[in-house]
Amino acid sequence: MSTETGGVGKLTEESDKLDESLRDFRVSVHAWSEAAHVQPRAAFKPERRRIWRLAAGWALSCFLVAGGVSTGVWEHHRQEMKIVAARIAEQQRLAAQEQARQEEEDLLAKVDSDVSREVPSAMEPLAQLMADDETQVSAK
Amino acid sequence: MAAGTALEAITMATAEKIAAEEFSAVVTKHRPQIFRFLLSSTRDVDLAETLTQECFLKAHRNWGSFRGESSAMTWLMRIAINLQKDHWRNRRMQFWRQTRSHAVDLDEASDWLPSGERSVEQQLLAKERVRQVAKAVEGLSERQRTVFLLRYVEEMELSEIARATGLNEGTVKAHLSRAVARVRAELGGKR
Repeated sequence: MSTETGGVGKLTEESDKLDESLRDFRVSVHAWSEAAHVQPRAAFKPERRRIWRLAAGWALSCFLVAGGVSTGVWEHHRQEMKIVAARIAEQQRLAAQEQARQEEEDLLAKVDSDVSREVPSAMEPLAQLMADDETQVSAK
Repeated sequence: MAAGTALEAITMATAEKIAAEEFSAVVTKHRPQIFRFLLSSTRDVDLAETLTQECFLKAHRNWGSFRGESSAMTWLMRIAINLQKDHWRNRRMQFWRQTRSHAVDLDEASDWLPSGERSVEQQLLAKERVRQVAKAVEGLSERQRTVFLLRYVEEMELSEIARATGLNEGTVKAHLSRAVARVRAELGGKR
C-alpha cells in the first residue's frame, strides 16, 4: 500500500514538475517576446524579391552551360573530322604508292620478258658444243 | 444613372474604409501573438519580425476573401505556420544562407524568465528547466514543435490547433503526446 502511495506520489511530483516547467517556459517566452516586440529597431529598406535577378542568373547560367556544351561538342566533332580526313589522306597516299609500285613491277616484268625473248642466253652456244661432244663420245 | 454610380462609388469607398479599419484592429490585436509564436518557433527576433510582417501583408491582400469561418487569430496563425514552413523549405534549398546565425542561444532564451518571488536557488532551478524545455523543443520535428508551441505557449485549444495546422484533432493529440514525452524525458522523467 505504501509502495503504491509512493508511486502515485512520484508520478504526481513528476507531473507537477512538468507543469511547472511548461508554465515557466511559457512565461519566459512571453517575457522575451514582449521585450523584443517593444524594443525599437532601426528601420531598413526591405530586401526586394530577387526574382528578376534570379531569373537572369538562371538564364545566364543556362546560356553559359549550353554554350560550353555546344562548344565542346563542336570541338570534338571538328577533331573527329580532322582525324577522319587524315586517315583518308593516308589511305589515298598508301594506295597511290601501291599502285606506283605495282606499275613499276609490271614494267620491269615486261622488260624482263621482252629481253629474254630477244636476246639468247649467253651460255647457249657453249651448251650446244658440250652437247655435241657428248654425242660424239657416245658414238665412238 | 450618374447619381447611382456616384452612390455606388461612395458605398465602395465606405466599405473599403470599414474593411481597412477592421483589418487595422485585427493587426493591433493579434500581432503580438503571431510575433510570439514565430519568435518561439525560430528563436530569431529579426526573422520573426520579417515573417510577422509578411504574414500581415499576406493577410491584408486576402482580407477580402476571409469569410470568418474560423477566428481571425486561427486564420492568421495558419498563414504564419505556412510562411514558416516555406521559410524552412527555402532555407533547405538555399543551404548556403546562414539564416539561423541570428538564432538566440538556449541559455539566453531562458534568461527572460521573471524572477517573481523566488529564491536565488529556485530561480536557477527554474532557468535550468526552461533551458531543458527549450532544448527539447528544438529537437522536436517541425510539426511537433508547432503543435507544442501552440498548445503550451499560445494556450490554444486542440480544435483551434487542428484548424490552424490543417491536421485533424487525433493527429494533433498524437503529435502533442510525443512532444510532451520528449520534454518529460529531457527533464529527467519517464517517457
